[in-house]
Amino acid sequence: MSELKNSMTDTVMDALGDVKDPEIASVSILDLGMIHEVEVTDGKVKVSVLPTFSGCPALHIIERDIKKALETVAGIESAEVNFVFTPSWTTDRITQEGRERLKEFGISPPPANHVMGEPWEIDCPYCGSTYVTMENIFGPTACRSILYCKSCKNPFEAMKPVADMG
Amino acid sequence: MTQETLKPQEKAALIELLYQMGDDDFILSFRGSEWLGLAPHIEEDVAFSSISQDMMGHANLYYRLLEGLGEGEADRIAHLRTPDQFRNAIILEEVNGPGTYLKEPEYDWAFAVVRNYFYAVHKQIRLDSLRHSSYEPLAEAARKIMTEQYYHLMHWEVWFKQLMTSTEEAIGRMNAAIEKVWKDFGGVLTLGPSYADIVKANFIDDEAVMKKRWTNKMEAVLKEVGAAYPGEPRMERGNGRNGVHTDDLKQALSTLSEVYATNPATGW
Repeated sequence: MSELKNSMTDTVMDALGDVKDPEIASVSILDLGMIHEVEVTDGKVKVSVLPTFSGCPALHIIERDIKKALETVAGIESAEVNFVFTPSWTTDRITQEGRERLKEFGISPPPANHVMGEPWEIDCPYCGSTYVTMENIFGPTACRSILYCKSCKNPFEAMKPVADMG
Repeated sequence: MTQETLKPQEKAALIELLYQMGDDDFILSFRGSEWLGLAPHIEEDVAFSSISQDMMGHANLYYRLLEGLGEGEADRIAHLRTPDQFRNAIILEEVNGPGTYLKEPEYDWAFAVVRNYFYAVHKQIRLDSLRHSSYEPLAEAARKIMTEQYYHLMHWEVWFKQLMTSTEEAIGRMNAAIEKVWKDFGGVLTLGPSYADIVKANFIDDEAVMKKRWTNKMEAVLKEVGAAYPGEPRMERGNGRNGVHTDDLKQALSTLSEVYATNPATGW
């Protein structure tokens, strides 16, 4: 029974890997570290999701996309999505795969072990140079900053580091 | 404490506190959003609108907590209350300047910087206290908000210090804005009539302690930029925590809720 249950959870996790961040089309919410818990009971699945930024307008879309993806999984009758704040989403939850996908999208991934208040190093996602300037700490979405690479002369974005402040 | 273990008197006090903080963020976020397209330069437009979006998210978090305490849906809390049911401080509802968003907006940038910076300093103090709140869901929300507020405070502090040490004209405008904000900023620093119950339940620190932290910080910052400390922050136009408000709030709410109110049953 428990084996069966586990394989169902795996199937659900696979399906979640297909749900992309609506604002960063190359990265799944799984790779962004937004999935906290998945609970499958008798064909009903409950997913706890950690929002990245609290005013993120993509949350409703993410909720809808999760439901859509899971309700097509054989053996799943219904899916429930809950946004929770504990643990806090922090940028160190982004997987290695997620960091690579971010770069493909032209977004420099945040440092993994950032301490709030300390400066952080940002590499250009195109050429890897650290000779970059911060143009604006705020960017086109709540989670991004705007930078410029002085080496390859490309503007690019970086994900703002978010660490637990205790 | 959780939803289940709150005593009735504690629950009532908690509800008051959540309305105060939710409404503060909600209304100042709205005033911020009115600056969209009008900020001094395009980078500021990007930054300020991002900050306003975060703050609307913070208001939503507080309203969701109220939802959990039986106050109705967050959207209805935001859109369907009358002005006297709002608990925000009066200085946060004030218009950005003469004119409107659509017609001849003669908005005052110095006022925007001073109001937002003073508020961000207080918000930081409030969140530092809230993360140890006895009501665990509130402590969790505060820890989330802090990660975003960190960038807001940094942003407004840069603007404040830059303009306060800039040209004669900038300094003159900033000092006028400080004088204006100071007259009513006491309204942000109070916990209102339920103060004793809020503090007794350990939802947040004593307002006197938090106020002292704010005035200490302000004294230090003003000294750093060579400005005089204006003395005790006042509450000249009344206490928003009591439901006392100006016509500016009425105007803001009618604009904000115009679409929602046409059909509250629809999902917008």
